[in-house]
Amino acid sequence: MALAVRELPLDLDAFEGPFDLLLTLVLREELELRDVDIAEIVVAFLERLADRDELDLDACGEFLVLASALLELKARGLFPDEDLDLEGLDPEEAAEELAERLAAYRRFRAAAGWLEERLKAESDRYFRLGPAPLSPTAERPLAQQEPAQLVSVLRALAAEPPEPSLGHLVLSYPPLSRFLERFRTLLRSRGRFAFDNEVDRLPRVDQVVAFLALLELRKRNEAQIAQAGPFEPITVWNASAS
Amino acid sequence: MERLRLVENPVDRLARTVEALLVIASKPLSIDELATVTEETEERVETALGLIAGRLREGRSGIVLEHVAGGYALRAAREAAEACARLVERPVQRGLTQAALETLAVIAYLGPVSRPEIARIRGVAADSAVAGLVERALIAEAGRDQEGGAVRYETTPLFERVFGLSGPDDLPELEDLGGDADELRARLEDVAARRGA
Repeated sequence: MALAVRELPLDLDAFEGPFDLLLTLVLREELELRDVDIAEIVVAFLERLADRDELDLDACGEFLVLASALLELKARGLFPDEDLDLEGLDPEEAAEELAERLAAYRRFRAAAGWLEERLKAESDRYFRLGPAPLSPTAERPLAQQEPAQLVSVLRALAAEPPEPSLGHLVLSYPPLSRFLERFRTLLRSRGRFAFDNEVDRLPRVDQVVAFLALLELRKRNEAQIAQAGPFEPITVWNASAS
Repeated sequence: MERLRLVENPVDRLARTVEALLVIASKPLSIDELATVTEETEERVETALGLIAGRLREGRSGIVLEHVAGGYALRAAREAAEACARLVERPVQRGLTQAALETLAVIAYLGPVSRPEIARIRGVAADSAVAGLVERALIAEAGRDQEGGAVRYETTPLFERVFGLSGPDDLPELEDLGGDADELRARLEDVAARRGA
């Protein structure tokens, strides 16, 4: 004997009787769905199912549809703010809406089934995916190599590199005394001279030392120095002569 | 005796060029594209394709010309499928789950469609199914929702190619699939009526 879902006896807190009566009362709004524990209904069905030797797939399917319908109705009741207001719908319309939703899903499930069939039917259609292969790059195999040569190359790489020469970095300064002597001679012979003229052709380092010599002469009060402005020619004259 | 002169039909030459283009193309080529690159009219390209289709067909050639994904492409003949299977993997087709197929169906019919919309129809979140389909390149992003800003998805030309569809019109009418609302409604009523009467 087939398992009749509609005759499934229920013993819930809010309701006692067969499943189809529960459904009728809910659809007529004579029973508040929020008071009905759907999990209990599922348990009752599973218990009934466990009593039987064979799995009744038709009954399972029917039960699943009905239980999910109840569940969705209940869920909607719990969210009265949903865009689609079911409060205003009479049970007739609510059931209509529910059936419409379920049918929509069933259509997409059927479409998925159609795609699956299609995929199977097309399983022997092979085609190239992605870009065509690029022209192959020519392989350039290495010639036979001697291991000893590799060792010698590695040895050369492992050797300590020679200490780099810092010779070009060393600066040679001319002695300060050379410029002191020279400027003193100039002051004695001419009494006055233009610093720029004297150092014009000297290398940069020599010019620096010459300038230091000039400052030294000024410090010892052997010479007077004047400059009209920044970067203007520097004039030097004998301090004692002025 | 007059010498037999072979006069070449100019469409034969075009057919050879079109055949060459299809060989190097990585995706189906539309008649419009073929006409552009061959600098020919669409009518002549169609004639050339007819010539090629006559030569490259199941049972006659290892290469078959097919009208798929809105264009024309070459593929292996079905009789070579077993050998092809030993040569190449087909990661796109392999192991599509029920969830993936349902999600693909929703996108194929309603796309561009967002994940929340898909979830509303299927009743469960579609995130991983969508991600898997994107990875397989069967669907791709197609802009964003006007209101919520959710990313919307649509099927790709690869989807049509894998499922052997010449275009979106090849999908069966959604209304013809599955049961309609009236039938379900009737079942609910039926169960209630048996007791309520």
